[in-house]
Amino acid sequence: MRKLLGIALAVALLSPNAARADESAVKLKDGRGKELVESNCIMCHSLDYIPMNSVFLDRKGWDATLTKMIKMMGAPISEQDAAAILDYLGENYARKDAGK
Amino acid sequence: MSTRRHFLRTIGGGLAAAAGGLLVPRSALAKAGDAGPPNLPSGALESSLLDALPGKKPLIKRTYRPPNYETPVEYFDQPFTPNDAFFVRYHLANIPEVKAAEWKLQVGGDAAQKPFTLGLDELKREFEPVEVAAVNQCSGNRRGLFEPHVAGVEWGYGAMGNARWKGARLKDVLGRAGLTKEAVEIAFDGADEPVFDKTPDFVKSLPVWKALDENTLVAWEMNGEPLPHWNGFPARIVVPGWTATYWMKHLVAIRALAQPFQGFWMKSAYRIPKGKFPVVDRFLTQETDVNTPITEMVVNSLITSPRGGQRVAAGRRLEVKGIAWDGGYGIRLVEVSTDGGRSWRAAELGKDLGRFSFRQWTYAFAPDKKGSVVMSRATNRAGATQTFELIANPAGYHHNVVQRVELHVA
Repeated sequence: MRKLLGIALAVALLSPNAARADESAVKLKDGRGKELVESNCIMCHSLDYIPMNSVFLDRKGWDATLTKMIKMMGAPISEQDAAAILDYLGENYARKDAGK
Repeated sequence: MSTRRHFLRTIGGGLAAAAGGLLVPRSALAKAGDAGPPNLPSGALESSLLDALPGKKPLIKRTYRPPNYETPVEYFDQPFTPNDAFFVRYHLANIPEVKAAEWKLQVGGDAAQKPFTLGLDELKREFEPVEVAAVNQCSGNRRGLFEPHVAGVEWGYGAMGNARWKGARLKDVLGRAGLTKEAVEIAFDGADEPVFDKTPDFVKSLPVWKALDENTLVAWEMNGEPLPHWNGFPARIVVPGWTATYWMKHLVAIRALAQPFQGFWMKSAYRIPKGKFPVVDRFLTQETDVNTPITEMVVNSLITSPRGGQRVAAGRRLEVKGIAWDGGYGIRLVEVSTDGGRSWRAAELGKDLGRFSFRQWTYAFAPDKKGSVVMSRATNRAGATQTFELIANPAGYHHNVVQRVELHVA
């Protein structure tokens, strides 16, 4: 604990902005389609929106969210990309107990 | 010595912030309760951390962009929430830093007789300034506590704050423009914008009667200081009693409308099922057969001390402290139960700072080993009280389920 405080003290003293993290620190789970998710979703928002909404949506819930982003919020995501994004979210951030 | 201890404590906040990203495992934050109550979605707890936006204290980061940052519960042990700890909520990620000297407010619309434009100095000088203490609470505060969980920003208890807001009465500003008799709604636009043209700009409207309420303001000051950038500098709409969705930040346009506003943020978002909540105010020009825009806040309370899981001594006097608020009727009663809800006794209410403000309360008791669950329940002057059972709604609004704080009595 003392060691941690020491580090924190050093960080805090170095710069008043040392405490500022940024969105590049958000890491999504590795999986097929991750790069597509990253390149599409970050156009409008940081990627922490995805883990924050987990784990409770099922694949259908993620489908509804994705559809809202495209139809209501105007996200320029191709149909092909949307399918791959849904597969990634369904595989890595969805509740699995519900029927597929 | 005490100076040094204070210094360490201050740095302690910074530690968690710096660490949340990099130095300390996330679990360290979760253990301290920093990321919020344990029943938030697991992914929300894991992806949240303490982080300081420029000019702000470390707050609970829910999302970086657009920035959604929650006030930690310890700040609610005072009646007014400090500006640098006040929560931050945006829908859209293009947020310009508005310069006071260049800022202009357009007042017009098809139901305004004499449109005009106003600078900040004129706004401050040419209208009578008034001040009101009022709670600013996100419609979705406590969404993360919904069970089953619903999608959205997974807030804990802190998507709210109380401040003294100073500004011009909106009705005085509208008076200069002269509303026509056709006016039904007043719409508001802020300087923040979407990343893509096709994303609906965040524009909100109020019914004319609420816009003309003497408490509804175009505010430029918060707790005696200019609005922080993240809370709407240089001017925002303040709608005491109603949820924060109407409190447009970085205000740049006010439009009087002869027809109900048709935008996404009114027609599709911020809607609640009709008839399920004990609210009085209705927004009739926006109602459909099934749902209606959210209006005033439901009555609510928060226990700020002790905190969940805290160790307390059996038989020793313990002071329970908290706050209560509602949609502007005023708090009539706060009751506390220390036996898990079997019996209730009135708490002592603190100073009345106005009917739109947080109202502090205290209750003292000596915990015994049997009674380790503390609960609070507020009732307002309209007779509404908090619910024990969640009132489900698709977007996760109006959470005022009675809170349970479990103590370790030893």
